[in-house]
Amino acid sequence: MGLGTETRHQIARRAALEIQRGMIVNLGIGIPTLVADYIPGNYGVMLHTENGILGMGGSPPPGKEDGNLSNAGGYPVTLIAGASYFDSATAFGIIRRGLLDITVLGALEVSEQGDIANWIVPGKRVPGMGGAIDLAQKSKKVIVLMNHTDKEGNPKIVKECKLPLTVKKGAHMIITEKAVIDIADEKLVLREVMHPHSIEEVVESTGAALEIGNQVVSFQ
Amino acid sequence: MVSQSKQGPLKIKQLSLEEAASHFFDGMTLMVGGFGGVGAPPGLINVMIDKQIKDIYMISNDTGFPWIGPGKLITEKRVSRLIASHIGSNPEAGKQMQNGELAVEFIPQGTLAEKIRAGGMGLGGILVDVGFGTIVEKGKQTVEVEEKTFMVEPALTADVSIVYAKQADTYGNLIYDKSARNTNPLVAMAGNITIAEVEEIVPAGQLDPECVVTPGVFVDYIVQSKGVDWKWVWELKQDTK
Repeated sequence: MGLGTETRHQIARRAALEIQRGMIVNLGIGIPTLVADYIPGNYGVMLHTENGILGMGGSPPPGKEDGNLSNAGGYPVTLIAGASYFDSATAFGIIRRGLLDITVLGALEVSEQGDIANWIVPGKRVPGMGGAIDLAQKSKKVIVLMNHTDKEGNPKIVKECKLPLTVKKGAHMIITEKAVIDIADEKLVLREVMHPHSIEEVVESTGAALEIGNQVVSFQ
Repeated sequence: MVSQSKQGPLKIKQLSLEEAASHFFDGMTLMVGGFGGVGAPPGLINVMIDKQIKDIYMISNDTGFPWIGPGKLITEKRVSRLIASHIGSNPEAGKQMQNGELAVEFIPQGTLAEKIRAGGMGLGGILVDVGFGTIVEKGKQTVEVEEKTFMVEPALTADVSIVYAKQADTYGNLIYDKSARNTNPLVAMAGNITIAEVEEIVPAGQLDPECVVTPGVFVDYIVQSKGVDWKWVWELKQDTK
């Protein structure tokens, strides 16, 4: 919310750089969905969905949609070669078994230990966790895409999450409209700033200790 | 296909929607197949609303959208208790939960699917570690197995399960349609009575046994579907473009 189209795509484009050839990847709803646009077609990446597809492709052309072929958000999709359908138990067996190389999801808060909160604001918004807990706990690498601050300008990267958790120590990387931050050994390390933001701006809008990496470059 | 003898099952399981409705009752535990309404059985949900069935204890992956799938039962206030993983696409469910009309128990999606599968497979429950470190672990019995700790999650079954499939034969063998398969094969196995709404019904012997996903022994009745009577979210967005 609040980010322009160009910025959302800048974040998605950066996240896609983490995806390597042959990986099994799950993309959440929102900005994470946009990441698919930036995965090179010749990488052989297999996209996984909670509703039972491995090998999900892009959106069908208008008029070719099929109500019974959709992503986890309910929007029509297509398949790539080698795709398969399976039931929900199998979809989550794939997750629990640790077969997902990368999960990309959104969050309300992330702590410096890598705790993620993304499914409930008690008394206000209670959508439910869906598959987020399974995904965040069991994927080999968890990348959080989100706004650096909330609507009031408060940091979303915090010392400790106030909201109920989705996972403890689950996040490996945070990408926002301002920064690319690694989470390693329970500390945050600034790797890149997102053009046109500065290191100072990032530090100022982060609510936790942030180590500045050796060579912080600017991602265009 | 391997050759099949002309002998076949005695029972013809096809019912009219009206006859199927006689198996629904107030206060029943109801499992509904589908994911975001995709793969939910539209005719069975509608007839439940028409027959004024109420006080339902519903178990479903999610509550669809207010006008789609099990979401309709929420909008019509027929559900008093709910087990689901997600209600975010149905604001009516959130509203009823906040004002106390609807009791909701959230379960992580994979755990919920597996609890339903366990019920269908005749197991007592499952051992799972998804949700440790979150409020999911609250009040859960834990057990140590080979030096690992797991939560004990009891299996789920239901008085009535309703599912949607692409094809059935008259014995109730089911074949699903693309991502509309989702929770349906699990829900189909976990109902004390399972009713499948199906796009196409063929005589026993016409389905390739190799392709059957749900064996007919789990399915008590089948009804002919008239297809979905709702518009998907992406269709509505196109309309307003």
